[in-house]
Amino acid sequence: MIARLIGGVPRRALILLALFALATLLAPLVAGDYLLTVFILMLYFAFTGQAWNIMMGFAGQLSLGHALYVGLGAYTTAILFVRYGIPPWIGFLIAAPIAMAVGGAMGFLAFRFKVGGVYFAILTIAFAEFARIGFDHFTWVNGSAGLFLPVAQFTHNDLWRLRGSPTMFYYMMLAATMLAFIGCRLLLKSRLGYYWLAIREDEQAARAVGINAFRYKMIAVVISAGMTSFAGVFYAFFYNNLFPEQIFNISRSIEIILAPLVGGMGTLFGPIFGTFILEGLSEGLRVGLDHAGIDIPGVKQVFYGVVLLVVVVLKPDGVWPWVAKKLGLVEREK
Amino acid sequence: MSALLEVNGVSKRFRGLVAVDNVSFNVAQGAIFALIGPNGAGKTTLFNMVAGELAPNGGTITFDGQRIEGLTPDRICQRGIGRTFQIVKPFMGLTVEENVLIGALLRRQGVDDAREHARDVLRRLELYDKRNQVASGLTLPDRKRLEVARALATDPKLLLLDEVMAGLRPSETTRIVNVLRELNRESGITILLIEHVMQAVMALAQEILVLHHGAAIAQGKPEQVVREPAVIHSYLGAEAV
Repeated sequence: MIARLIGGVPRRALILLALFALATLLAPLVAGDYLLTVFILMLYFAFTGQAWNIMMGFAGQLSLGHALYVGLGAYTTAILFVRYGIPPWIGFLIAAPIAMAVGGAMGFLAFRFKVGGVYFAILTIAFAEFARIGFDHFTWVNGSAGLFLPVAQFTHNDLWRLRGSPTMFYYMMLAATMLAFIGCRLLLKSRLGYYWLAIREDEQAARAVGINAFRYKMIAVVISAGMTSFAGVFYAFFYNNLFPEQIFNISRSIEIILAPLVGGMGTLFGPIFGTFILEGLSEGLRVGLDHAGIDIPGVKQVFYGVVLLVVVVLKPDGVWPWVAKKLGLVEREK
Repeated sequence: MSALLEVNGVSKRFRGLVAVDNVSFNVAQGAIFALIGPNGAGKTTLFNMVAGELAPNGGTITFDGQRIEGLTPDRICQRGIGRTFQIVKPFMGLTVEENVLIGALLRRQGVDDAREHARDVLRRLELYDKRNQVASGLTLPDRKRLEVARALATDPKLLLLDEVMAGLRPSETTRIVNVLRELNRESGITILLIEHVMQAVMALAQEILVLHHGAAIAQGKPEQVVREPAVIHSYLGAEAV
Protein backbone atom coordinates (compact mmCIF):
# COMPACT_ATOMS: atom_id res chain seq x y z
CA MET A 1 0.00 0.00 0.00
CA ILE A 2 2.85 2.35 0.86
CA ALA A 3 4.47 1.50 -2.46
CA ARG A 4 1.31 2.37 -4.28
CA LEU A 5 1.00 5.53 -2.25
CA ILE A 6 4.39 6.99 -3.08
CA GLY A 7 5.57 4.88 -6.01
CA GLY A 8 6.82 7.02 -8.87
CA VAL A 9 6.53 10.28 -6.94
CA PRO A 10 9.79 12.26 -7.12
CA ARG A 11 11.60 12.63 -3.82
CA ARG A 12 11.43 16.38 -4.15
CA ALA A 13 7.62 16.20 -4.23
CA LEU A 14 7.52 14.01 -1.14
CA ILE A 15 9.77 16.40 0.77
CA LEU A 16 7.72 19.43 -0.23
CA LEU A 17 4.55 17.57 0.71
CA ALA A 18 6.00 16.66 4.12
CA LEU A 19 7.03 20.26 4.73
CA PHE A 20 3.61 21.43 3.67
CA ALA A 21 1.94 18.93 5.99
CA LEU A 22 4.19 20.09 8.84
CA ALA A 23 3.35 23.72 8.14
CA THR A 24 -0.37 22.96 8.22
CA LEU A 25 0.08 21.09 11.51
CA LEU A 26 1.85 24.04 13.09
CA ALA A 27 -0.27 26.79 11.56
CA PRO A 28 -2.67 27.23 14.52
CA LEU A 29 0.28 27.97 16.80
CA VAL A 30 1.12 31.13 14.90
CA ALA A 31 -2.18 32.11 13.31
CA GLY A 32 -4.46 34.55 15.03
CA ASP A 33 -8.20 33.97 15.46
CA TYR A 34 -9.15 35.52 12.18
CA LEU A 35 -6.46 33.80 10.15
CA LEU A 36 -7.38 30.49 11.74
CA THR A 37 -10.96 30.92 10.54
CA VAL A 38 -9.66 31.55 7.05
CA PHE A 39 -7.55 28.41 7.26
CA ILE A 40 -10.54 26.39 8.42
CA LEU A 41 -12.55 27.63 5.49
CA MET A 42 -9.70 26.70 3.16
CA LEU A 43 -9.62 23.18 4.54
CA TYR A 44 -13.37 22.93 4.10
CA PHE A 45 -13.01 23.82 0.42
CA ALA A 46 -9.97 21.61 -0.04
CA PHE A 47 -11.88 18.67 1.41
CA THR A 48 -15.14 19.17 -0.46
CA GLY A 49 -13.16 19.94 -3.61
CA GLN A 50 -11.38 16.63 -3.25
CA ALA A 51 -14.69 14.82 -2.84
CA TRP A 52 -16.20 16.57 -5.86
CA ASN A 53 -13.07 15.79 -7.83
CA ILE A 54 -13.74 12.05 -7.48
CA MET A 55 -16.94 12.46 -9.42
CA MET A 56 -15.85 15.02 -12.00
CA GLY A 57 -12.08 14.90 -12.07
CA PHE A 58 -11.79 11.13 -11.97
CA ALA A 59 -15.03 9.71 -13.34
CA GLY A 60 -16.02 12.67 -15.51
CA GLN A 61 -19.50 13.21 -14.07
CA LEU A 62 -20.19 16.90 -13.56
CA SER A 63 -22.02 17.66 -10.34
CA LEU A 64 -23.30 21.16 -9.75
CA GLY A 65 -25.25 20.12 -6.68
CA HIS A 66 -22.73 19.01 -4.12
CA ALA A 67 -24.26 21.34 -1.55
CA LEU A 68 -26.93 18.65 -1.35
CA TYR A 69 -24.57 16.23 0.39
CA VAL A 70 -23.11 18.91 2.65
CA GLY A 71 -26.65 19.81 3.66
CA LEU A 72 -27.74 16.23 4.24
CA GLY A 73 -24.67 15.57 6.38
CA ALA A 74 -25.19 18.78 8.33
CA TYR A 75 -28.93 18.42 8.91
CA THR A 76 -28.82 14.74 9.81
CA THR A 77 -26.08 15.05 12.42
CA ALA A 78 -27.44 18.34 13.75
CA ILE A 79 -31.01 17.14 14.24
CA LEU A 80 -29.84 13.90 15.87
CA PHE A 81 -27.68 15.96 18.21
CA VAL A 82 -30.29 18.57 19.02
CA ARG A 83 -33.23 16.23 19.49
CA TYR A 84 -31.62 13.08 20.86
CA GLY A 85 -28.20 14.17 22.02
CA ILE A 86 -26.56 11.72 19.63
CA PRO A 87 -22.90 12.67 19.22
CA PRO A 88 -21.94 13.84 15.71
CA TRP A 89 -19.59 10.95 15.03
CA ILE A 90 -22.43 8.48 15.56
CA GLY A 91 -24.66 10.85 13.65
CA PHE A 92 -22.24 10.76 10.76
CA LEU A 93 -22.59 6.99 10.59
CA ILE A 94 -26.25 7.65 9.85
CA ALA A 95 -25.74 10.78 7.74
CA ALA A 96 -23.19 9.30 5.36
CA PRO A 97 -25.43 6.40 4.27
CA ILE A 98 -28.30 8.86 3.77
CA ALA A 99 -26.15 11.08 1.54
CA MET A 100 -24.83 8.03 -0.28
CA ALA A 101 -28.34 6.69 -0.81
CA VAL A 102 -29.57 10.01 -2.19
CA GLY A 103 -26.51 10.28 -4.45
CA GLY A 104 -27.03 6.68 -5.46
CA ALA A 105 -30.69 7.27 -6.29
CA MET A 106 -29.79 10.24 -8.44
CA GLY A 107 -26.97 8.35 -10.10
CA PHE A 108 -29.24 5.39 -10.76
CA LEU A 109 -31.85 7.57 -12.45
CA ALA A 110 -29.25 9.36 -14.53
CA PHE A 111 -27.09 6.44 -15.56
CA ARG A 112 -29.94 3.99 -16.01
CA PHE A 113 -31.75 6.35 -18.36
CA LYS A 114 -28.56 7.61 -19.97
CA VAL A 115 -28.80 11.19 -18.77
CA GLY A 116 -25.32 12.48 -19.46
CA GLY A 117 -23.23 15.59 -19.81
CA VAL A 118 -25.01 18.88 -19.31
CA TYR A 119 -28.29 17.11 -18.56
CA PHE A 120 -26.66 15.18 -15.77
CA ALA A 121 -25.34 18.44 -14.31
CA ILE A 122 -28.84 19.90 -14.43
CA LEU A 123 -30.17 16.83 -12.63
CA THR A 124 -27.65 17.36 -9.83
CA ILE A 125 -28.83 20.97 -9.49
CA ALA A 126 -32.43 19.76 -9.45
CA PHE A 127 -31.77 17.35 -6.60
CA ALA A 128 -30.09 20.05 -4.54
CA GLU A 129 -33.01 22.37 -5.24
CA PHE A 130 -35.53 19.69 -4.24
CA ALA A 131 -33.70 19.40 -0.96
CA ARG A 132 -33.59 23.17 -0.44
CA ILE A 133 -37.32 23.58 -0.99
CA GLY A 134 -38.12 20.36 0.83
CA PHE A 135 -36.15 21.30 3.94
CA ASP A 136 -37.72 24.77 3.87
CA HIS A 137 -41.03 23.06 4.62
CA PHE A 138 -39.68 20.27 6.78
CA THR A 139 -40.97 21.35 10.18
CA TRP A 140 -39.21 18.59 12.12
CA VAL A 141 -35.96 20.38 11.37
CA ASN A 142 -37.59 23.80 11.86
CA GLY A 143 -38.00 24.48 8.14
CA SER A 144 -37.03 27.89 6.95
CA ALA A 145 -36.75 29.16 10.53
CA GLY A 146 -33.44 27.37 10.77
CA LEU A 147 -31.93 24.77 13.03
CA PHE A 148 -29.68 25.98 15.84
CA LEU A 149 -27.20 24.04 17.86
CA PRO A 150 -26.84 24.96 21.54
CA VAL A 151 -23.89 27.26 22.00
CA ALA A 152 -22.17 27.78 25.33
CA GLN A 153 -18.78 28.86 26.54
CA PHE A 154 -16.58 25.81 26.47
CA THR A 155 -13.91 25.37 29.04
CA HIS A 156 -12.35 22.53 27.11
CA ASN A 157 -12.54 20.93 23.68
CA ASP A 158 -15.01 18.08 23.51
CA LEU A 159 -14.00 16.30 20.35
CA TRP A 160 -16.57 13.56 20.82
CA ARG A 161 -19.43 16.05 20.81
CA LEU A 162 -17.61 18.55 18.59
CA ARG A 163 -18.03 21.39 21.04
CA GLY A 164 -14.95 23.49 21.29
CA SER A 165 -12.56 26.05 19.91
CA PRO A 166 -11.78 26.81 16.28
CA THR A 167 -8.41 25.11 16.75
CA MET A 168 -10.20 21.83 17.32
CA PHE A 169 -12.22 22.29 14.15
CA TYR A 170 -9.05 23.21 12.30
CA TYR A 171 -7.41 19.92 13.21
CA MET A 172 -10.59 18.01 12.50
CA MET A 173 -10.76 19.35 8.96
CA LEU A 174 -7.01 19.02 8.52
CA ALA A 175 -7.19 15.33 9.39
CA ALA A 176 -10.16 14.91 7.05
CA THR A 177 -8.35 16.67 4.21
CA MET A 178 -5.20 14.62 4.70
CA LEU A 179 -7.17 11.38 4.79
CA ALA A 180 -9.09 12.44 1.69
CA PHE A 181 -5.83 13.23 -0.09
CA ILE A 182 -4.28 9.87 0.78
CA GLY A 183 -7.51 8.02 0.08
CA CYS A 184 -7.88 9.63 -3.33
CA ARG A 185 -4.31 8.76 -4.21
CA LEU A 186 -4.94 5.11 -3.34
CA LEU A 187 -8.22 5.10 -5.25
CA LEU A 188 -6.62 6.66 -8.29
CA LYS A 189 -3.88 4.04 -8.39
CA SER A 190 -6.33 1.16 -8.03
CA ARG A 191 -8.50 -0.67 -10.54
CA LEU A 192 -11.34 1.63 -9.57
CA GLY A 193 -9.28 4.74 -10.36
CA TYR A 194 -8.13 3.49 -13.73
CA TYR A 195 -11.67 2.50 -14.64
CA TRP A 196 -12.91 5.95 -13.70
CA LEU A 197 -10.28 7.58 -15.88
CA ALA A 198 -11.27 5.31 -18.75
CA ILE A 199 -14.93 6.27 -18.37
CA ARG A 200 -14.00 9.95 -18.15
CA GLU A 201 -11.91 9.76 -21.31
CA ASP A 202 -14.29 7.71 -23.44
CA GLU A 203 -17.19 5.77 -22.06
CA GLN A 204 -17.81 3.76 -25.22
CA ALA A 205 -14.20 2.66 -25.39
CA ALA A 206 -14.27 1.88 -21.67
CA ARG A 207 -17.23 -0.43 -22.16
CA ALA A 208 -15.44 -2.09 -25.06
CA VAL A 209 -12.64 -3.19 -22.73
CA GLY A 210 -15.14 -4.80 -20.41
CA ILE A 211 -15.81 -1.98 -17.96
CA ASN A 212 -19.31 -1.87 -16.52
CA ALA A 213 -19.62 1.91 -16.82
CA PHE A 214 -22.90 2.09 -14.92
CA ARG A 215 -21.46 0.36 -11.91
CA TYR A 216 -18.28 2.40 -11.72
CA LYS A 217 -20.09 5.71 -12.20
CA MET A 218 -22.43 4.72 -9.38
CA ILE A 219 -19.47 3.98 -7.13
CA ALA A 220 -17.98 7.40 -7.90
CA VAL A 221 -21.21 9.21 -7.01
CA VAL A 222 -21.74 7.24 -3.82
CA ILE A 223 -18.17 7.70 -2.54
CA SER A 224 -18.22 11.38 -3.41
CA ALA A 225 -21.57 11.91 -1.70
CA GLY A 226 -20.52 10.08 1.45
CA MET A 227 -17.28 12.03 1.70
CA THR A 228 -18.98 15.35 1.11
CA SER A 229 -21.50 14.67 3.86
CA PHE A 230 -18.63 14.71 6.36
CA ALA A 231 -18.02 18.34 5.45
CA GLY A 232 -21.63 18.87 6.47
CA VAL A 233 -20.91 17.56 9.96
CA PHE A 234 -18.17 20.15 10.26
CA TYR A 235 -20.43 22.86 8.85
CA ALA A 236 -23.22 22.18 11.32
CA PHE A 237 -21.06 22.02 14.42
CA PHE A 238 -18.74 24.85 13.49
CA TYR A 239 -21.37 27.38 12.47
CA ASN A 240 -24.05 26.08 14.85
CA ASN A 241 -26.90 27.19 12.61
CA LEU A 242 -28.47 25.71 9.52
CA PHE A 243 -30.82 27.32 7.05
CA PRO A 244 -32.03 25.36 4.01
CA GLU A 245 -31.85 28.55 2.00
CA GLN A 246 -28.15 28.82 2.73
CA ILE A 247 -26.78 25.36 2.96
CA PHE A 248 -28.52 23.88 -0.09
CA ASN A 249 -28.07 27.02 -2.14
CA ILE A 250 -26.58 26.55 -5.58
CA SER A 251 -23.92 29.14 -4.84
CA ARG A 252 -22.64 26.72 -2.18
CA SER A 253 -22.33 24.03 -4.83
CA ILE A 254 -20.46 26.39 -7.11
CA GLU A 255 -18.08 27.40 -4.32
CA ILE A 256 -17.18 23.73 -3.89
CA ILE A 257 -16.12 23.30 -7.49
CA LEU A 258 -14.02 26.48 -7.72
CA ALA A 259 -10.94 25.12 -5.97
CA PRO A 260 -10.53 21.97 -8.06
CA LEU A 261 -11.36 23.96 -11.18
CA VAL A 262 -8.66 26.52 -10.48
CA GLY A 263 -6.18 24.02 -9.08
CA GLY A 264 -6.74 21.37 -11.72
CA MET A 265 -9.54 18.87 -12.14
CA GLY A 266 -8.53 15.26 -11.87
CA THR A 267 -5.29 16.06 -10.07
CA LEU A 268 -4.77 15.11 -6.46
CA PHE A 269 -3.20 18.30 -5.22
CA GLY A 270 -5.27 20.57 -7.45
CA PRO A 271 -8.18 21.06 -5.04
CA ILE A 272 -5.80 21.94 -2.21
CA PHE A 273 -3.68 24.22 -4.34
CA GLY A 274 -6.81 25.84 -5.76
CA THR A 275 -8.07 26.86 -2.33
CA PHE A 276 -4.72 28.42 -1.58
CA ILE A 277 -4.88 30.50 -4.71
CA LEU A 278 -8.49 31.53 -4.23
CA GLU A 279 -8.60 32.07 -0.48
CA GLY A 280 -5.01 33.15 -0.13
CA LEU A 281 -5.18 35.79 -2.79
CA SER A 282 -8.69 37.00 -1.93
CA GLU A 283 -7.78 37.36 1.75
CA GLY A 284 -4.60 39.15 0.72
CA LEU A 285 -6.67 41.45 -1.42
CA ARG A 286 -9.07 42.11 1.42
CA VAL A 287 -6.28 42.91 3.86
CA GLY A 288 -4.63 45.15 1.28
CA LEU A 289 -7.87 47.02 0.66
CA ASP A 290 -8.45 47.32 4.41
CA HIS A 291 -5.08 48.92 4.85
CA ALA A 292 -5.79 51.30 2.01
CA GLY A 293 -9.06 52.12 3.73
CA ILE A 294 -11.15 51.00 0.77
CA ASP A 295 -14.32 49.03 1.37
CA ILE A 296 -15.94 47.41 -1.63
CA PRO A 297 -18.76 45.02 -0.81
CA GLY A 298 -18.67 41.81 -2.86
CA VAL A 299 -15.06 42.32 -3.92
CA LYS A 300 -14.33 38.68 -3.06
CA GLN A 301 -16.94 37.35 -5.44
CA VAL A 302 -15.68 39.58 -8.22
CA PHE A 303 -12.18 38.39 -7.47
CA TYR A 304 -13.28 34.73 -7.70
CA GLY A 305 -14.79 35.51 -11.06
CA VAL A 306 -11.63 37.15 -12.32
CA VAL A 307 -9.40 34.30 -11.12
CA LEU A 308 -11.68 31.75 -12.75
CA LEU A 309 -11.67 33.70 -15.99
CA VAL A 310 -7.89 33.99 -16.03
CA VAL A 311 -7.44 30.30 -15.27
CA VAL A 312 -9.93 29.15 -17.88
CA VAL A 313 -8.25 31.28 -20.52
CA LEU A 314 -4.59 30.70 -19.64
CA LYS A 315 -4.50 27.32 -17.91
CA PRO A 316 -7.67 25.43 -18.77
CA ASP A 317 -6.30 22.30 -17.13
CA GLY A 318 -5.81 24.18 -13.88
CA VAL A 319 -2.82 25.85 -12.31
CA TRP A 320 -1.41 22.89 -10.41
CA PRO A 321 -0.29 20.73 -13.39
CA TRP A 322 1.62 23.73 -14.67
CA VAL A 323 3.20 24.53 -11.31
CA ALA A 324 4.04 20.87 -10.70
CA LYS A 325 5.82 20.75 -14.02
CA LYS A 326 7.74 23.95 -13.29
CA LEU A 327 8.84 22.60 -9.92
CA GLY A 328 9.80 19.24 -11.38
CA LEU A 329 7.22 17.36 -9.31
CA VAL A 330 5.64 15.38 -12.13
CA GLU A 331 5.30 11.70 -11.38
CA ARG A 332 7.66 9.47 -13.29
CA GLU A 333 7.28 5.87 -14.29
CA LYS A 334 8.71 3.17 -12.12
CA MET B 1 -12.19 -26.87 -36.90
CA SER B 2 -15.13 -25.81 -34.80
CA ALA B 3 -16.63 -22.38 -35.20
CA LEU B 4 -15.76 -19.83 -32.53
CA LEU B 5 -18.27 -17.33 -33.82
CA GLU B 6 -21.51 -18.29 -35.51
CA VAL B 7 -23.62 -15.56 -37.00
CA ASN B 8 -26.96 -16.91 -38.07
CA GLY B 9 -29.53 -14.99 -40.11
CA VAL B 10 -28.74 -11.67 -38.44
CA SER B 11 -30.63 -8.55 -39.55
CA LYS B 12 -30.58 -4.94 -38.50
CA ARG B 13 -33.00 -2.25 -39.57
CA PHE B 14 -32.72 1.46 -38.94
CA ARG B 15 -36.33 2.51 -39.46
CA GLY B 16 -36.91 1.86 -43.16
CA LEU B 17 -33.30 1.06 -44.01
CA VAL B 18 -32.21 -2.54 -43.85
CA ALA B 19 -28.54 -2.19 -42.97
CA VAL B 20 -27.85 -5.87 -42.51
CA ASP B 21 -30.15 -8.39 -44.14
CA ASN B 22 -30.21 -11.99 -42.98
CA VAL B 23 -26.44 -12.50 -42.93
CA SER B 24 -24.93 -15.79 -41.80
CA PHE B 25 -21.32 -16.87 -41.47
CA ASN B 26 -19.05 -18.87 -39.23
CA VAL B 27 -15.58 -17.91 -38.08
CA ALA B 28 -13.48 -20.94 -37.27
CA GLN B 29 -11.33 -21.13 -34.17
CA GLY B 30 -7.92 -19.66 -34.95
CA ALA B 31 -8.95 -18.22 -38.30
CA ILE B 32 -8.42 -14.78 -39.77
CA PHE B 33 -11.70 -13.80 -41.34
CA ALA B 34 -12.23 -10.65 -43.39
CA LEU B 35 -15.42 -8.74 -43.98
CA ILE B 36 -15.24 -6.58 -47.10
CA GLY B 37 -17.62 -4.59 -49.22
CA PRO B 38 -18.32 -1.08 -50.48
CA ASN B 39 -19.12 1.81 -48.18
CA GLY B 40 -22.54 1.46 -46.63
CA ALA B 41 -22.59 -2.29 -47.13
CA GLY B 42 -23.34 -2.85 -43.44
CA LYS B 43 -19.93 -4.10 -42.34
CA THR B 44 -19.60 -1.88 -39.30
CA THR B 45 -23.24 -2.46 -38.36
CA LEU B 46 -22.65 -6.20 -38.43
CA PHE B 47 -19.50 -5.69 -36.45
CA ASN B 48 -21.27 -3.58 -33.86
CA MET B 49 -23.85 -6.29 -33.37
CA VAL B 50 -21.12 -8.82 -32.64
CA ALA B 51 -19.47 -6.34 -30.26
CA GLY B 52 -22.74 -5.58 -28.49
CA GLU B 53 -22.94 -1.95 -29.49
CA LEU B 54 -26.18 -2.69 -31.38
CA ALA B 55 -28.81 -5.36 -30.80
CA PRO B 56 -29.95 -7.25 -33.92
CA ASN B 57 -33.59 -7.18 -34.99
CA GLY B 58 -33.39 -10.84 -35.83
CA GLY B 59 -31.07 -13.80 -35.95
CA THR B 60 -28.61 -15.24 -33.48
CA ILE B 61 -24.94 -14.71 -32.70
CA THR B 62 -23.21 -17.53 -30.91
CA PHE B 63 -19.75 -17.11 -29.46
CA ASP B 64 -17.86 -19.99 -27.94
CA GLY B 65 -21.06 -22.00 -27.70
CA GLN B 66 -23.13 -19.28 -26.02
CA ARG B 67 -25.65 -16.85 -27.43
CA ILE B 68 -24.40 -13.28 -27.14
CA GLU B 69 -26.73 -11.19 -29.29
CA GLY B 70 -28.13 -8.23 -27.38
CA LEU B 71 -25.59 -8.39 -24.56
CA THR B 72 -23.93 -5.11 -23.57
CA PRO B 73 -20.43 -4.33 -24.91
CA ASP B 74 -18.77 -4.79 -21.51
CA ARG B 75 -20.39 -8.21 -21.11
CA ILE B 76 -19.27 -9.23 -24.55
CA CYS B 77 -15.73 -8.14 -23.85
CA GLN B 78 -15.83 -10.14 -20.63
CA ARG B 79 -16.87 -13.20 -22.66
CA GLY B 80 -13.70 -12.82 -24.72
CA ILE B 81 -14.23 -10.47 -27.65
CA GLY B 82 -11.92 -7.48 -28.02
CA ARG B 83 -12.50 -4.72 -30.53
CA THR B 84 -11.08 -1.60 -32.10
CA PHE B 85 -13.05 1.35 -33.40
CA GLN B 86 -13.15 2.55 -36.99
CA ILE B 87 -12.70 6.10 -35.75
CA VAL B 88 -10.06 5.46 -33.14
CA LYS B 89 -11.00 6.02 -29.52
CA PRO B 90 -7.92 5.86 -27.35
CA PHE B 91 -8.21 7.31 -23.84
CA MET B 92 -6.71 10.56 -25.10
CA GLY B 93 -5.67 12.12 -21.81
CA LEU B 94 -3.90 9.00 -20.54
CA THR B 95 -0.51 7.59 -21.40
CA VAL B 96 -0.01 4.72 -23.82
CA GLU B 97 0.76 2.39 -20.96
CA GLU B 98 -2.31 3.45 -18.97
CA ASN B 99 -4.49 2.85 -22.02
CA VAL B 100 -3.32 -0.72 -22.32
CA LEU B 101 -3.18 -1.27 -18.57
CA ILE B 102 -6.89 -0.51 -18.35
CA GLY B 103 -7.56 -3.24 -20.87
CA ALA B 104 -5.25 -5.61 -19.02
CA LEU B 105 -7.12 -5.06 -15.74
CA LEU B 106 -10.04 -7.09 -17.07
CA ARG B 107 -8.38 -10.40 -16.38
CA ARG B 108 -5.66 -9.47 -13.88
CA GLN B 109 -6.08 -9.23 -10.16
CA GLY B 110 -3.77 -6.35 -9.33
CA VAL B 111 -2.60 -3.20 -11.03
CA ASP B 112 1.02 -4.38 -11.02
CA ASP B 113 0.10 -7.63 -12.77
CA ALA B 114 -1.89 -5.67 -15.32
CA ARG B 115 1.01 -3.30 -15.88
CA GLU B 116 3.35 -6.20 -16.59
CA HIS B 117 0.90 -7.68 -19.05
CA ALA B 118 0.34 -4.29 -20.65
CA ARG B 119 4.07 -3.90 -21.22
CA ASP B 120 4.26 -7.31 -22.87
CA VAL B 121 1.50 -6.32 -25.23
CA LEU B 122 3.17 -2.97 -25.92
CA ARG B 123 6.42 -4.68 -26.83
CA ARG B 124 4.52 -6.88 -29.21
CA LEU B 125 2.87 -3.93 -30.91
CA GLU B 126 6.14 -2.02 -30.97
CA LEU B 127 4.79 0.74 -28.75
CA TYR B 128 6.90 0.03 -25.69
CA ASP B 129 9.23 2.96 -26.24
CA LYS B 130 6.28 5.31 -26.40
CA ARG B 131 4.58 3.96 -23.29
CA ASN B 132 4.91 7.20 -21.32
CA GLN B 133 3.55 9.42 -24.07
CA VAL B 134 0.05 10.79 -23.77
CA ALA B 135 -2.24 9.16 -26.33
CA SER B 136 -3.41 12.48 -27.73
CA GLY B 137 0.14 13.13 -28.92
CA LEU B 138 0.38 9.97 -31.02
CA THR B 139 0.23 9.82 -34.80
CA LEU B 140 -2.66 8.00 -36.45
CA PRO B 141 -0.71 4.78 -37.13
CA ASP B 142 0.39 4.69 -33.50
CA ARG B 143 -3.14 5.34 -32.30
CA LYS B 144 -4.40 2.49 -34.39
CA ARG B 145 -1.81 0.15 -32.97
CA LEU B 146 -2.64 1.42 -29.51
CA GLU B 147 -6.27 0.42 -30.08
CA VAL B 148 -5.16 -3.05 -31.08
CA ALA B 149 -2.91 -3.24 -28.03
CA ARG B 150 -5.69 -2.16 -25.67
CA ALA B 151 -8.06 -4.74 -27.13
CA LEU B 152 -5.39 -7.45 -27.00
CA ALA B 153 -4.65 -6.69 -23.38
CA THR B 154 -8.11 -7.98 -22.47
CA ASP B 155 -6.93 -11.45 -23.61
CA PRO B 156 -9.69 -11.92 -26.15
CA LYS B 157 -10.37 -15.19 -27.94
CA LEU B 158 -11.71 -13.16 -30.82
CA LEU B 159 -10.31 -9.84 -31.94
CA LEU B 160 -12.54 -7.53 -33.98
CA LEU B 161 -10.56 -5.04 -36.06
CA ASP B 162 -12.52 -2.26 -37.72
CA GLU B 163 -10.38 -0.81 -40.50
CA VAL B 164 -7.12 -0.67 -38.59
CA MET B 165 -5.23 -0.26 -41.84
CA ALA B 166 -7.29 2.63 -43.22
CA GLY B 167 -5.28 5.80 -43.66
CA LEU B 168 -1.94 4.08 -43.17
CA ARG B 169 1.00 4.19 -45.55
CA PRO B 170 1.87 0.89 -47.28
CA SER B 171 4.94 0.39 -45.08
CA GLU B 172 2.80 0.81 -41.96
CA THR B 173 0.21 -1.54 -43.37
CA THR B 174 2.86 -4.19 -43.89
CA ARG B 175 4.07 -3.67 -40.36
CA ILE B 176 0.66 -4.17 -38.79
CA VAL B 177 -0.10 -7.10 -41.10
CA ASN B 178 3.04 -8.80 -39.84
CA VAL B 179 2.15 -8.12 -36.23
CA LEU B 180 -1.33 -9.56 -36.67
CA ARG B 181 -0.13 -12.59 -38.53
CA GLU B 182 2.43 -13.31 -35.86
CA LEU B 183 -0.17 -12.93 -33.14
CA ASN B 184 -2.50 -15.29 -34.90
CA ARG B 185 0.22 -17.87 -35.40
CA GLU B 186 1.71 -17.68 -31.94
CA SER B 187 -1.27 -17.22 -29.67
CA GLY B 188 -3.89 -18.76 -31.92
CA ILE B 189 -6.14 -15.75 -31.55
CA THR B 190 -9.08 -15.60 -33.93
CA ILE B 191 -9.39 -12.37 -35.89
CA LEU B 192 -12.40 -10.88 -37.61
CA LEU B 193 -11.51 -7.79 -39.57
CA ILE B 194 -13.20 -5.20 -41.70
CA GLU B 195 -10.84 -3.82 -44.25
CA HIS B 196 -10.74 -1.81 -47.43
CA VAL B 197 -7.03 -2.23 -48.02
CA MET B 198 -7.12 -5.30 -50.27
CA GLN B 199 -3.36 -5.74 -50.01
CA ALA B 200 -3.82 -6.42 -46.30
CA VAL B 201 -6.91 -8.55 -46.77
CA MET B 202 -5.21 -10.79 -49.31
CA ALA B 203 -2.13 -11.10 -47.12
CA LEU B 204 -4.04 -11.91 -43.94
CA ALA B 205 -7.40 -13.48 -44.49
CA GLN B 206 -8.03 -17.15 -44.83
CA GLU B 207 -11.65 -16.52 -45.57
CA ILE B 208 -13.59 -13.54 -46.85
CA LEU B 209 -17.22 -12.52 -46.66
CA VAL B 210 -18.38 -9.84 -49.09
CA LEU B 211 -21.31 -7.65 -48.10
CA HIS B 212 -23.27 -5.46 -50.45
CA HIS B 213 -26.38 -3.48 -49.49
CA GLY B 214 -26.50 -5.41 -46.25
CA ALA B 215 -26.53 -8.83 -47.83
CA ALA B 216 -23.80 -11.42 -48.22
CA ILE B 217 -22.97 -11.78 -51.90
CA ALA B 218 -19.95 -14.03 -51.74
CA GLN B 219 -17.93 -16.04 -49.29
CA GLY B 220 -14.86 -18.22 -49.57
CA LYS B 221 -11.11 -18.30 -49.92
CA PRO B 222 -9.57 -14.96 -50.92
CA GLU B 223 -8.42 -16.14 -54.35
CA GLN B 224 -11.88 -17.43 -55.17
CA VAL B 225 -13.79 -14.46 -53.84
CA VAL B 226 -11.86 -11.85 -55.80
CA ARG B 227 -12.73 -13.69 -59.04
CA GLU B 228 -16.47 -13.72 -58.38
CA PRO B 229 -18.18 -11.50 -60.94
CA ALA B 230 -20.60 -10.13 -58.36
CA VAL B 231 -17.72 -9.01 -56.15
CA ILE B 232 -15.85 -7.44 -59.02
CA HIS B 233 -18.95 -5.69 -60.17
CA SER B 234 -20.06 -4.30 -56.81
CA TYR B 235 -16.79 -3.64 -55.07
CA LEU B 236 -13.41 -4.31 -56.58
CA GLY B 237 -14.00 -2.96 -60.07
CA ALA B 238 -12.91 -4.60 -63.31
CA GLU B 239 -9.38 -3.22 -63.25
CA ALA B 240 -8.57 -5.08 -60.02
CA VAL B 241 -8.51 -8.44 -61.77
